[in-house]
Amino acid sequence: MSDVVEKTLTALPGLLSLDSQPGSTKLSSSSKLGNLIRGITELTSKHEEEKLIQLELTSIKEQVSSPNTSMRQMKELMVRAIYCEMLGYESSFSYIHAIKLAQQGTALEKRVGYLAVSLFLNESHELLLLLVNTVLKDLQSTNLIEVCMALTVVSQMFPKDMIPAILPLVEEKLNHPKEIIRRKAVLALYKFYLIAPNQVQHIHNKFRKALCDKDPGVMTASLHIYLQLIEENPEGYKDLTTSFVTILKQVVGGKLPMDFNYHSVPAPWLQIQLLRILCLLGKNDQSTSEIMYEVLDESLRRAEINHNITYAILFECVKCIYTIHPKSELLEKAAKCIGNFVLSPKINLKYLGLKALTYVVQQDPKLALQHQMTIIECLDHPDLIIKRETLELLFRITNAQNVTVIVDKMLEFLRVNKDDYTTIDLVGKVAELAEKYAPDNEWFIETMSTVFSVGGDTMQPDIPNSFLKLLSEGFDSMEEDRKLRLFAVDSYVSLLQEEPGKLPQRFLQVISWVLGEYSYLREDLEVDTVLRLLAKLLDMKTTSSETKSWVLMAMTKLCEGGAGVSVAREVSETYSSSLDTVLRQRAQELQHLSQDSEMRARVLPRNAGLDPLEVDSSLSFLDGFVSEALAAGAAPYKPPHQRQEELAQAKALSLEPYGLSLPISMSSCCITDRQSPTLLSISSGLSGNSNDLSYRGGLKLDGVKRVWGREGYLAQREPVEESAHVEVPSPLRSPSQQGGAGGSHSHTPTHTPTPEPELEKQQLASSLFVGLASQSSVCLMGKSEPTPQRFRRKANSPASSSAASEKQSNSMVSAPSTVDNLMFNNLLDSHITSEPAVSSLEQTPQLSQGLVAANGSCDEELPDSDVNGSSPSLIGDDPVVAAELAPHEEPPKDLLLSSCLPAELSGLSHSEITPLCSDQILDLSACHVQKEDALVLVVFIYNSSDSDIQQILLELDSEELEVSCESDSAVQEATGHSVAVCQYSLSVKRPSVHVELVGMVSYQFPVGTPQSVQFSYKLPLSSFIRPMTVSTEEYGTMWLDFSHDTKQNLTLISDDQEPLTATLSVLKKKLQLHVVEIIGMEGIVACRLLQDQPCLMHCRMHAGTMAVWLRSPVPDLPDCLMYFCQRALQEH
Amino acid sequence: MQFMLLFSRQGKLRLQKWYVPLCEKEKKKITRELVQTVLARKPKMCSFLEWRDLKVVYKRYASLYFCCAIEPPDNELITLEIIHRYVELLDKYFGSVCELDIIFNFEKAYFILDEFLLGGEAQETSKKNVLKAIEQADLLQENIDFQMRLFAGTVCRNTDTPA
Repeated sequence: MSDVVEKTLTALPGLLSLDSQPGSTKLSSSSKLGNLIRGITELTSKHEEEKLIQLELTSIKEQVSSPNTSMRQMKELMVRAIYCEMLGYESSFSYIHAIKLAQQGTALEKRVGYLAVSLFLNESHELLLLLVNTVLKDLQSTNLIEVCMALTVVSQMFPKDMIPAILPLVEEKLNHPKEIIRRKAVLALYKFYLIAPNQVQHIHNKFRKALCDKDPGVMTASLHIYLQLIEENPEGYKDLTTSFVTILKQVVGGKLPMDFNYHSVPAPWLQIQLLRILCLLGKNDQSTSEIMYEVLDESLRRAEINHNITYAILFECVKCIYTIHPKSELLEKAAKCIGNFVLSPKINLKYLGLKALTYVVQQDPKLALQHQMTIIECLDHPDLIIKRETLELLFRITNAQNVTVIVDKMLEFLRVNKDDYTTIDLVGKVAELAEKYAPDNEWFIETMSTVFSVGGDTMQPDIPNSFLKLLSEGFDSMEEDRKLRLFAVDSYVSLLQEEPGKLPQRFLQVISWVLGEYSYLREDLEVDTVLRLLAKLLDMKTTSSETKSWVLMAMTKLCEGGAGVSVAREVSETYSSSLDTVLRQRAQELQHLSQDSEMRARVLPRNAGLDPLEVDSSLSFLDGFVSEALAAGAAPYKPPHQRQEELAQAKALSLEPYGLSLPISMSSCCITDRQSPTLLSISSGLSGNSNDLSYRGGLKLDGVKRVWGREGYLAQREPVEESAHVEVPSPLRSPSQQGGAGGSHSHTPTHTPTPEPELEKQQLASSLFVGLASQSSVCLMGKSEPTPQRFRRKANSPASSSAASEKQSNSMVSAPSTVDNLMFNNLLDSHITSEPAVSSLEQTPQLSQGLVAANGSCDEELPDSDVNGSSPSLIGDDPVVAAELAPHEEPPKDLLLSSCLPAELSGLSHSEITPLCSDQILDLSACHVQKEDALVLVVFIYNSSDSDIQQILLELDSEELEVSCESDSAVQEATGHSVAVCQYSLSVKRPSVHVELVGMVSYQFPVGTPQSVQFSYKLPLSSFIRPMTVSTEEYGTMWLDFSHDTKQNLTLISDDQEPLTATLSVLKKKLQLHVVEIIGMEGIVACRLLQDQPCLMHCRMHAGTMAVWLRSPVPDLPDCLMYFCQRALQEH
Repeated sequence: MQFMLLFSRQGKLRLQKWYVPLCEKEKKKITRELVQTVLARKPKMCSFLEWRDLKVVYKRYASLYFCCAIEPPDNELITLEIIHRYVELLDKYFGSVCELDIIFNFEKAYFILDEFLLGGEAQETSKKNVLKAIEQADLLQENIDFQMRLFAGTVCRNTDTPA
């Protein structure tokens, strides 16, 4: 019959103006719509059409709003409005009238009204609420047609929140005598299930009734729901397997009414639906699979007519057979089926055959071997879709032996492909294969170069990132590393010597980095040459400022005495007045570092033999600088979002209470490192181009690891930003390399003229399918298999080498950040010559080292989590533990000392007792005890002499702390070999990650001169944190009042329970926070700093991390607390 | 199914049905892109397309292209047959359908589509049942029209008599 249609249709395009033709008798040619349509077809330009439609819309608008327009006219107007919308002209004024028409019209008018609504609005449109009453009324109508219309519109769109209003009515319709109503009701419930699954949970048993409905249409409709349900929870519906199998048997056996036949195949839609359900049920379940073997066999057998619909069923059967527990007989038949598909001359079937092969090849690689010649043919198919699917198949069968040929094919495709989506996908796959199976260095570098050129700037940023990481981490053998890097330098230099203007920005960035880092490896290469090549990049118009800053960084690493300096001076002069702040900063760096080689060597050390630099992410070494700046009158730092908020608040007072939902800015906040109150603010303010920051951040280990896990490449989709930059970087392949890279990819049919194409294909086949026959199950699904991965494996396997690589990568990471710190100082005062820069440079590492040491094992320092007993609650939840542990862990003297703890403190958890200072007579130790409302410092003065000492005067002072003496008098006395105890209560004046006390004890020996000893005691701010119990509402009001805040993403703890709860309970335990409430993905937490300085925390799970937002009225407190949260989670 | 589009060889949209909520701008963009892509394809080429993360199945009937977007796990061939069944339904309803029928009576084409596919799923695959449902609705309309005319006539007569 379709032939008839085609004949009639082909005859018609010329009929538009002829109304008298037989086919057009039903055309409402005289109607206004007819006039409009005819009017449009007569127009020649888009502009005229626009004018006509605007005119039409104005007239429609006039008429719909006129009170005299009857519903019948309204129907006509609506149809015209729909038509205008279809042509792409907005007619939103008619939406409300469509709803009115559905409400007030009769029959066909109502129908048009509903239709217009379903075409105009989508389910989130607010006007849809106005439809609820109409639907409600029509559902109760005695007129079947009206009920049908209501159900039809409900199954297409309905406001989620209004479902409860009509749910009982729809449910009732499941028992309606008319099958069409029952069917539509089932589909409406299916829609409800999709948009609001919990709303229809209670009617699952009614679905079962629908499944058993005597009408096949209703039963078929219910399968949509079951497919969805089973997809989500196959275990829950295993008992239905027999029913589904029975139904399928009946259908296949032709037990349904003839009406349901389609081209003499019984109910194909129903069959396919059932096969998909069975596929889900039988997956990884042998006993369930066994129930369905028979019916699957029968389905295969019955599907013999040569028609698309039969193939559709066969395809579904094959998929099912390969998914469920395997049965060899069936597999054999299915394999034959796939063969038929692949070999079919019909292109659609061939496509499906390839798709099936791709699916199946994971289990049965030999099947690909059987069809190798067909696959080769498909590789050169003129239809790109077929080619693409073939490549997908090849991707699945790639192994170390055929990787060069397959990657070659993929790159070939990439060069002609125009579709960004495919490019991004394929480029990722090539990079994955290259990293996994690269046969040698040259090939790897060449392939990656092609990937960068072809992938251009649309590809995922992880590809260049992981490439650089790979290069910098190195592998087992130093010599190999050197060769790889050397080769990279070689090929990049030659690339730059040709036409660098054609290379995408990302590639140029990679090139600059590699040259900056490794060009010293090539001894014959003059630094000057490289610098000039790089400088050429800067002069190109097409180079983005992000790339320029990479280039400047590379130059900074390279410029070394002599000729280099002049280039450097030239460049830095040009860019130190650039409008781009990042470039200006880089130029400054270049300028200063090129003049001072000693400093450069410290800041940007060469790759080899460098100790790992520990990055002090809290930047607390700058605290001194900050306080100086503050003292000098600088404004305290406010993060950008806070500034914006304040700006907004200044404009309009926000009276909105803090609700459960989160401000949008939260989710978009993704600064991965801690924001210190001052430094980052300024540097991020400077680098107006935030891209740059995040991009360089990507080089860091943690950023990269997320994407390239041990399992390999975890693909992420990125939105397409720019059009593909298709290019062929053929210059890479020098003749000698071509020879060296092995003959395997030089004899692909496209490369050499082929006198005997068949032979060529044979050769290609042998190179493509190598390794498939011998090791049947190896190297198939690249993602999960443990095959040797050339690069990964080397970097990961032995502990020692991974440590070494860690070192190297650390050095790589930290070098720029040191520069940042340094240059930050320089920039603050750009007049200063390099002299102060040097001094600050010297300070910086010292400070940070000092802090690192302090964090680790310095005597006075108390590791923050070393609080004895570490009990979560304050009032010694389990003092027993502390008491029991103490004898084992503390040396005798400590035991002695801890027994000297004042009675009221002994039950509480206290920190380790640390020695403060000692001379020949006195021995001072101290610990701090956490009381519920105070922190008490206990100083033990042990008199090691035989005589008594009186007049021991203890003075304590601190910048950050308020110290008050709790003992009656500050003066103590200690008899020989006894301990005097002083108690001080501490509270925080100014928060800082670690607070320090300095003290002096002076005493007078009965005979002799007065003596004094100085000491200091450091304790973490976390000892001052206490839980704060507030309600969610109180929390809400407080939240808005607090002005100091910080945001950061922290890692989630992924124990078996819910990650947010787990993470918060760790924080609660370690830091004594109070978890106010956890709502879904969000949690709110409150704590206070002694005495009563609140700090609020808001956490939200976002993309596998926890976005934390801290707010407090106290400056610096959020930052400090963030630091402790981070530490607590790291230590966990 | 995510959406269905009908467009002419000239790229003019004749019918559009969206089963996923999208904003107008996005719809227009998708339509424009897809129409271009499909029209550029040669007749002997595969009826399936990989497009963004969807599969597009299209078929040409005379001057009209029928184009459906489905999700990757869906069966392409059966979608092709859905298109064909829809054409059969149109053909049966209009009696050898042509593009003009669909242009001038597009609301009817929508009604048929809504009886056949609901919310993106095949609702009723029996041709007889679909057409029965449509005819019943049409019949109802005629009845009402008839009654209206009757009613109007009565009113007329009533007002006429006194005069």
